[in-house]
Amino acid sequence: MNRIKSLFQKKRNDGKSVFITYLVCGDPDIKTTYNLMNIMVEAGVDIIELGMPFTDPIADGPTIQKGVERSLTKKTSLKDIFDVVKKFRKKNLHTPIVLMGYMNPIEKIGYEKFSLLSKNCGADGILIVDSPPEESKKINKILKNKDLCQIFLASPTTEQSRLKKIINSTSGYLYYVSIKGITGSKINNYKTIENRVNQIRIMSKNKIPITVGFGIKDKKTAKAISKFSDGIIIGSSVVELIEKNIHNKPIMFKNMKNYLKNIYKGMQNR
Amino acid sequence: MSEYQTKNLMKKINYKNFPDKNGYFAEFGGKFVSETLMHPLNELLKSYNKIAKSTNFRNELKKELSQFVGRPTPIYHASRISKELGNCNIFLKREDLNHTGAHKINNAMGQAMLAKSMGKKRIIAETGAGQHGVATATACARYDLKCVIYMGSKDIQRQKINVYRMKLLGAEVISVDSGSKTLKDALNEALRDWVTNVDDTHYIIGSVAGPHPYPMIVRDFQSVIGHECKKQMKTLFNKKPNILVACVGGGSNAIGMFHPFLNEDVDMIGVEAAGLGLNTGKHAAPLNKGKPGILHGNRTYIMEDDNGQIESTHSISAGLDYPGVGPEHSWLKNNNRVKYVSVTDKEALKAFHYLTEKEGIIPALETAHALAYAFKIAKKLNKKNILINLSGRGDKDIDTVALLNRIQV
Repeated sequence: MNRIKSLFQKKRNDGKSVFITYLVCGDPDIKTTYNLMNIMVEAGVDIIELGMPFTDPIADGPTIQKGVERSLTKKTSLKDIFDVVKKFRKKNLHTPIVLMGYMNPIEKIGYEKFSLLSKNCGADGILIVDSPPEESKKINKILKNKDLCQIFLASPTTEQSRLKKIINSTSGYLYYVSIKGITGSKINNYKTIENRVNQIRIMSKNKIPITVGFGIKDKKTAKAISKFSDGIIIGSSVVELIEKNIHNKPIMFKNMKNYLKNIYKGMQNR
Repeated sequence: MSEYQTKNLMKKINYKNFPDKNGYFAEFGGKFVSETLMHPLNELLKSYNKIAKSTNFRNELKKELSQFVGRPTPIYHASRISKELGNCNIFLKREDLNHTGAHKINNAMGQAMLAKSMGKKRIIAETGAGQHGVATATACARYDLKCVIYMGSKDIQRQKINVYRMKLLGAEVISVDSGSKTLKDALNEALRDWVTNVDDTHYIIGSVAGPHPYPMIVRDFQSVIGHECKKQMKTLFNKKPNILVACVGGGSNAIGMFHPFLNEDVDMIGVEAAGLGLNTGKHAAPLNKGKPGILHGNRTYIMEDDNGQIESTHSISAGLDYPGVGPEHSWLKNNNRVKYVSVTDKEALKAFHYLTEKEGIIPALETAHALAYAFKIAKKLNKKNILINLSGRGDKDIDTVALLNRIQV
């Protein structure tokens, strides 16, 4: 069984919320990414979303954009990304990895080859930010054949009719974008998010885990959101922490661990 | 048949039936955007379909284009250069005589009126050369809409006059410092703004690029150019054009002129920016040198490296300095309906001076690319009617040209 699916099953049985973090692969270099992935697991992270850098990240705010630019100055390629996942898998067989990025680099290498290499390196899911279900029919089939989950987004603006399509298309989990905006924006109102998550839950007959991302920065927010969702995703804050400590790796690793541990704690007594 | 014969008579495509309902021109186009934008794009399509059918809207737009913009723009027979270059008739569609000095206002007015009908209060736009920014700021002043323009910091440097014009018109100009600091990055930033402010904001994309329905909407609003050309060539000169020539960055002035002629017996040439040369890597010619890929919400020819990262471009003209192109152009290229060629910075500059000196018209540097290619073929062809889209005036480029000629203004 796909690692993502079994993880959510187990967490649901335990009554716990899943902790997901995002980082840009190769920010500021591949070795640091590898170390950070292991530190994330040690701090209690359940799933790692590994960002595949792209020159024109239209859904990302300034923090992640800068992370992407740092990675691209090192010319991080898809091959580097597959390699780091392969290396990670040598020691870790349980933490699901989701490769998250934009469509053009995937089109360039080709859907078949991308899916094959993703599977072979040990990735479990794919999230293509700028490819909604309407544009993903072809790649979705190929990913399914390889038992890779394709994760789709839903947002506050998604209409009922499309929500159904997204629920039917997504596998592993559904990524609910908490706010209208780009990554790194602020959440103002938990209640509207909760209502929306509940609405999706009813529509999906509780068959697909619903995670919430965008705007979660601290323990308090993480706790509040994990109360009604199946998982939370933290991205910009992680990338910001990397940026802040970019010249001192030991401090970066220490601060990352403490930061994520603290959030993990908040999620435990929800 | 001449070597410039580009129409494909074997294929019977009704070009008016495209894009299809999913926004595709065969494999090009589509809606590659983040989920949050799917709903506003659907709403935009619905509103557009409604107004496109409305006689009231069409009449109102026609009135605005006539009384505020100054349409129809004339077609001018450039007799002096026609004679000097050989045996062809060179005609210029004078889009430079539009209010604000370029074709961009055709689309800006249409979309501002569309935004107004949708109840939007705020307009955002990206701009490269600044012409679309000025046109949008002008339409916003006219319709009392709040206006924010995104512009790459590199373009702000080379188009200072247009930046000031936008500010005078009441727009806020936001400098974009990410990526290559040009048009593509301004577009990224405008998309980010739109995702954040979808409720009250309409995004006026300035070219036939972006996700569906933008390539269609912008094309339709720009098609006024081609429709007028058809009529004017007949009534003013009693001639039919044999060849249409226009420059292509995103490609809105070209598609505006070409589209009404696509099902007719006319050759068409789109001219891209070859920058320092097609083999130098420093150009902006995705149709000549690029490959199909995905950028800014659609599948089209783009300039990318082996890893699928978008490459930075170079052109003397900010308006052509873009690594993608409208998806309909990609389709017209693959169909062999339009021939896409390129012209270097140097050749464009030469054409800029030539038209200025011989006809008393200072063209935009973008337009100078179309002129350079048209002049080249005019020497080789016999008795053809070449109609060039003189898409904009060159006042904005005076500083750039002076600098290149080492003259202090």
